[in-house]
Amino acid sequence: MKRRNFLKACLIGGTTIALGKTNKGYASGSFEGYPEAMGVLVDTTRCIGCRSCEAACNKEQKLPEPDTSFDDPSVFEHDRRPTAKAYTVVNRYQKEQPSGPVYRKVQCNHCNEPACLTSCFVNAYTKTQEGAVIYNSKVCVGCRNCMIACPFNAPGYDYDSATNPVVKKCILCYDTRLKYGRPPACVEICPQEALTFGHRADLIKLAHERIRATPDRYVDHVYGEKEVGGTSWLYLAPVGFDKLGFDTTLSNDPIISNVKDFLGMVPMVLSIWPALFSGIHLLCKNQEHGEHGHDTDSNQEDTKP
Amino acid sequence: MKKMIQHGLAIVDSPYDDEGKKRTLVNKLLLGLTPSQYLLQAFRNPFNWILAAIFAIGIPILIGRFFFGLAWATSGSNDYPWGLFLGFGLFAMVPLSSSGFQLGTACEIFGRHDLEPIERLALLNGLLGYFFAVMYLLADLGQPWRLPYPMVVSFGPAAVLFLVAWHVATYLSVQVAEVSTAFFEWIGFPAGKRAIRKITLGLTVSGIILSTLHQGALGALFTYAPGKVHPLWYSSSFQWLHFFVSSLPGGLCMVITVSTIVAKTMAWRGDSRFHEKLDKVTVSLAKGACMGIATYITIKLIGIAHDNKWAYLDTGWGQWFMFEIIVGFMLPLTLMTYGVHTRKMAIVRIGAFMTVFGVVLNRVNTAMITFNWKLPHREIPPWREVIISLTIFATYIVVYRFILYRLPILYKWRRQEQEETVPEAVPAAARGRREASTVPVASYSRMTKLD
Repeated sequence: MKRRNFLKACLIGGTTIALGKTNKGYASGSFEGYPEAMGVLVDTTRCIGCRSCEAACNKEQKLPEPDTSFDDPSVFEHDRRPTAKAYTVVNRYQKEQPSGPVYRKVQCNHCNEPACLTSCFVNAYTKTQEGAVIYNSKVCVGCRNCMIACPFNAPGYDYDSATNPVVKKCILCYDTRLKYGRPPACVEICPQEALTFGHRADLIKLAHERIRATPDRYVDHVYGEKEVGGTSWLYLAPVGFDKLGFDTTLSNDPIISNVKDFLGMVPMVLSIWPALFSGIHLLCKNQEHGEHGHDTDSNQEDTKP
Repeated sequence: MKKMIQHGLAIVDSPYDDEGKKRTLVNKLLLGLTPSQYLLQAFRNPFNWILAAIFAIGIPILIGRFFFGLAWATSGSNDYPWGLFLGFGLFAMVPLSSSGFQLGTACEIFGRHDLEPIERLALLNGLLGYFFAVMYLLADLGQPWRLPYPMVVSFGPAAVLFLVAWHVATYLSVQVAEVSTAFFEWIGFPAGKRAIRKITLGLTVSGIILSTLHQGALGALFTYAPGKVHPLWYSSSFQWLHFFVSSLPGGLCMVITVSTIVAKTMAWRGDSRFHEKLDKVTVSLAKGACMGIATYITIKLIGIAHDNKWAYLDTGWGQWFMFEIIVGFMLPLTLMTYGVHTRKMAIVRIGAFMTVFGVVLNRVNTAMITFNWKLPHREIPPWREVIISLTIFATYIVVYRFILYRLPILYKWRRQEQEETVPEAVPAAARGRREASTVPVASYSRMTKLD
């Protein structure tokens, strides 16, 4: 191999390494969330399924008119999920129980280490100091990887738009309220005080305090305290969370920790491969020059690296 | 084409025609035929009619997708954000296109020059597979015109998709450069070819790096959804390895598949070197593929053992999983091993087809069929989504065939000086035919009247 070719290979390899450097993931240890982050505690034992939070959200976020009015109880027949037209929905569970049905409000849970944020290749998502996970729809390409990644199936996509479809989800009323220290519209409207707005750290204390004071009323778990690294929305429930449609199989590690195995491998490949394969090439070259009559067929090398 | 060659048509395989005149670009584009002859052979091919039917229905729907939005064309599901376009188009096309870097590595790095008759086909297979994976992606993205955003506008470097975007873009340009040597020969621009030859080693090595990473990265994309992908198709530690390793036999078997098809359907285009060496090269590729499959099955089982997921095998999903791994990988491994040992080429090729099927099934399973396995409903792609996928695939075939018909992929481009130095490169049969027929065009036009 000519020296010039070798230098060229090195140069190209080096450029690729430099290029790939930017791909390294932020391998943060364990991020507990911003200290001043706000949150909402949902006490499902208090919720009566009036759906006024849905109506308030619709008005606050200027969402399109729903298909049926917010008084229509027929929507409880099926489980719903947040969409681009409704950032929050209320579902009914435990219909047949003598203690009466349990309602659960669903929306973006505003994770401390959001999967959507870490999966977005244009960095459209931001976790603000106030705890909200907001997004910049001006850069959204529409790959919908965040929807794949979200463990709570929160982001919706407005597939109907041909010219400007973007991902849409609850932003904790960041632009209009949270930024100014005011609670989100859904919390403010709730007639049952099922939703409590406050600092996330305080809400966790409050939730455990309620469980301690009335242990018969709740199962001893605050959903969202630890799930996928903790979320800004926290839930209390009278029955097992799995019965209310919560995913109880989620790990306490943030989603990104699953990806770190791969991200850690990237710099290794970038730095080792060029030398390894240029080296193999040199070895093969020498062999060719050394023994001219070598039989290539007996040397059935696997073509994979 | 076969009939025309029988009637004495000289195929284009050098810059000069029979009378020693330099061929014009139009002449080369028309395969040395006159425009009316060209149209005639195109109309006579029944496969073209099938393609025309697909395009007649598919292209309006594809255009409609951009005017009426994704909800009109696809399932538009929030639970299954990735449908056929990505589940099949991106995730299945990319592993089948790993042939480019593998054959590049074998020929240029390991010095396996005996594989050269198929190297260019493998490189082209890689380039087109990637290119059309990107086409599928453009059809799927909500705002495809923003595709360059991760490169220029806003960076999300912690995302695996960021790596995929950069690497696929870079690798596409690497592959364009690798395939361009054939184009430079055909167009008559030797300086370009020489320039590319000089950086071949660099291109090949960067091809290996980029391929390792983004083949793996496509798998790593699913590690963002640990609860959604079925545990049998998911492994936090090995997901990227599963995708990368299965892409190796996938790419090799795709080359066996494509070479089998072209050796049958466009036998006239391959030169004697291609046809004579094809069986031998196929055996070499199959051997490589067998090692890849064996490795894949091993790490797949290690993946299951690592997280102790054996219990899942006893479920309906488990049976589906065993179907995939037995029919898609274990059976082809057995067939190809047997075929290689007994030199039964048909069995080797059947094994290769099955491997291609297995890799595609694996990707579609991971991205679509077993995705959201905890949700009660499964998403069946609506007909428009199927038609658009089919249309893009038909375009892929048309472009593939267009290039194979013309560029020196399956044959060696003859130049005047080459004929003296490398006489065996000249297809003897073709030369014989040409000598036999004195007035080729005249005899051909006689035939058209007869038809």
